[in-house]
Amino acid sequence: MRIERRETRPAWLVIGAPVSAVLVALMAAGLLVGLSGAPVFEAFGRMAVGAFGSKLAITETLTRAVPLILTGLAAAVAFRAQVWNIGAEGQLYAGALAVAALGAANPFGAPAYLLIPMLLVAGAVAGMILLIVPVALRLRFGVDEVVTTLLMNFIVLLFVSLAIEGFLRDPLAFGWPQSVPVPPEARLEKLVTQSRLHTGLIVAVGAALVVFAINRFTVFGLQSRAAGLQADAARFAGAPISLTLLKVACLSGGLAGLAGAVEVLGVKGHVSTALSPGFGYTGIVVAMLAALSPIGVIFAGLFVAAMFVGADGMSRAMGVPSFIADVTVSLALLTMLIALFLTQFRIRR
Amino acid sequence: MSSDPILRLDGITKRFGAIVANEDVTIQLGRGEILALLGENGAGKTTLMNILFGHYLPDAGRVAVDGRELTLGKPRDAIAAGVGMVHQHFTLAPNLTVLENVMTGTERLWHPASATTAARAKLADLADRFGLAIDPDARVHDLSVGEQQRVEILKALYNQARILILDEPTAVLTRPEADRLFQTLRVMAKDGLSIIFISHKLYEVMTADRVVVLRAGRVTAERRTEATSREELAELMVGRRVTRPVRDATAPGPVLIKASGLCATAGRTALRDIDFTLHKGEILGIIGVSGNGQTLLAQILSGLARPHSGDLQLNGADITGLTAPELLRRGVARIPEDRNREGVVARFPLWQNTVLERLGDPRFASWGLVKRSAARAFCRDVISRFDVRGGGPETETATLSGGNIQKLIFGRNMIDGPAVLIAAQPTRGLDEGAISAVHKEILNARSDGCGVILISEDLDEVLALADRVQAIVKGRLSPAVGTDGLDAQQVGLMMAGEWSGHAHAH
Repeated sequence: MRIERRETRPAWLVIGAPVSAVLVALMAAGLLVGLSGAPVFEAFGRMAVGAFGSKLAITETLTRAVPLILTGLAAAVAFRAQVWNIGAEGQLYAGALAVAALGAANPFGAPAYLLIPMLLVAGAVAGMILLIVPVALRLRFGVDEVVTTLLMNFIVLLFVSLAIEGFLRDPLAFGWPQSVPVPPEARLEKLVTQSRLHTGLIVAVGAALVVFAINRFTVFGLQSRAAGLQADAARFAGAPISLTLLKVACLSGGLAGLAGAVEVLGVKGHVSTALSPGFGYTGIVVAMLAALSPIGVIFAGLFVAAMFVGADGMSRAMGVPSFIADVTVSLALLTMLIALFLTQFRIRR
Repeated sequence: MSSDPILRLDGITKRFGAIVANEDVTIQLGRGEILALLGENGAGKTTLMNILFGHYLPDAGRVAVDGRELTLGKPRDAIAAGVGMVHQHFTLAPNLTVLENVMTGTERLWHPASATTAARAKLADLADRFGLAIDPDARVHDLSVGEQQRVEILKALYNQARILILDEPTAVLTRPEADRLFQTLRVMAKDGLSIIFISHKLYEVMTADRVVVLRAGRVTAERRTEATSREELAELMVGRRVTRPVRDATAPGPVLIKASGLCATAGRTALRDIDFTLHKGEILGIIGVSGNGQTLLAQILSGLARPHSGDLQLNGADITGLTAPELLRRGVARIPEDRNREGVVARFPLWQNTVLERLGDPRFASWGLVKRSAARAFCRDVISRFDVRGGGPETETATLSGGNIQKLIFGRNMIDGPAVLIAAQPTRGLDEGAISAVHKEILNARSDGCGVILISEDLDEVLALADRVQAIVKGRLSPAVGTDGLDAQQVGLMMAGEWSGHAHAH
């Protein structure tokens, strides 16, 4: 048996590989569902119903997909340039905190059509700052950004705790540690009435399209990819590596900060430490599932969101623990890595 | 030399995917014989020796030492049978002493103390027997490459090697060092060792007893050295008659580049007081054994590194410390030393690699957007005018051969008619056909009035192409010497740092 590099990558393979990876992961997860004593097909049926079976289910899945698409893009943008941003979770919280603090104060008394864009930008900027620091440290002193971005997550989360127990604490929250809610005019509009789905979905999909266009059409996109694939070649070609990586940090951190801002303005209205069930970390999985393609991130985000929302429904009906969603998503990541390998290499006997 | 061979390789076949690295190769090595394995890059020489040493498992074939068949794919078995290998890239631990390096892997791990006294005596005995004098307590990183190679050879001998394999042993040596190596090998052969060395340099293989020529993975010829000539071997190696282009006499034009007193440091290499002038329509050769600072010099001239003092002028204007895009704008074309690492992004399609260094040029980008159709058209132009084979603008660059990648790099630089060409090791690792194509390009540039700085390790290349030559040794540049009437011996001495005799030959 031999492994050799493919000369070409046909379109059916590029599309087919992630699809079959997901199918294989679902099959493997089916085995686990079977082991836990539940009828497998019924369980998957319940899962599908839980994720897509009603208007409410669909809007819930889409609502859940919004932050995942944004953090997935944050990871995809960074990884493509070999900036290992593991800190999307912290950047998300930084964005959320900035929005909550500014929104609740609304210092300029701005109307909604000005206030919302302003707050979204503020959230993105907070995320940017949080990633620029580790990337600058790497460029200047060679500090490993995996370590710094990861540890920043904990610092930011503790700072959020400090804020919502202290200077941002909502006195009307019956003692719950959460921030003062943003005023109603700062909330994102609902896309579907009587659901949680908000215009943040448009922001997320729009961001994916913008990232796609940046990658494909701009000098920065070409140079950041060159810097990621082969830094020596990018340097020889005279690409400004440090500047490019700082721009990548702005884009990636900004997207993660935007995720936090959108989550506050669209769903919760305030910040608490329960704002994100690890959206920042799951974003890494989403990016990998999408093979770092920005359009792929939309679909990967939807898949992961559907798994989590669907598994909740299944667990209520069948008594299978909802952790099956985590297991399935993790399995999908593994099968996706194998599928990616197979798109680049073929195995011959 | 007795008649039964000490080593037989029988019908060795090895494929990597669709590529046949070796096909039905049969070679015998006599006792006390020096055999040269001659072939171009990619002819399968190194693969064959890696099979012999157990690094690769062949698809078919047998290897026998002294009539006993080796278990293939097991380096330990090869070592036990007395096969020692000196790799092209040394496998020494730089922070250990010579003695420690030699002993590595020869002792059991659970022995309470290592038997250094016995080892020291044995090493001294070996060094004495073969004239490989070395300080056993010197740390390897303090040794010159020639000395490091000596350690590699001693390490093989220490492991009771009776068959010594050397992979491109002179790649890192000066000509005098190489000559000394071949004398040592002769002493070893007299002592009963059997030796195979791999090379693609014709003058080297003539020092062996017998030459086996490999081409495209097959043995195409076998000659005793006394019954052949360099010309015949060259033709056998390439498979056809290849003539490198010849430089015709031209009068040099006005001064184009003037470097005075350039000093720079990067890591452990330092350049000191680099002076040279380059004229229009002239090729200035800078020759030196790798590791003498030419990489840093090429980086400075290509806008990748800055000198900390000194002055570099192009047409009288100061260009010291300019970046690569600024140099490109002033008509400085650059061929990188390592084309696969620096010259192209392997995973990019050809068109992106053609314009990557020109994204500051309004022809290919404006307002931060890449002009994709203009870039593709430019790439098509380069491909057709510079005969790049193996694909179109959308082809992934990694699938091209080294020669075609080099043609692409030349093309993207030369198509605009630059004023200066900085060519760092432009033919390193290329086969004979591609070398003559690159030489033709360099000479074309010269006759178009371009000034060329040719940084090379290849003596024959520099003598054939350059109008004047300067040797780089330990970060210093010798005075320039005209190449007319200069022979390899004299340049070899310059490369070894002995240029006092030439000091006023300018």
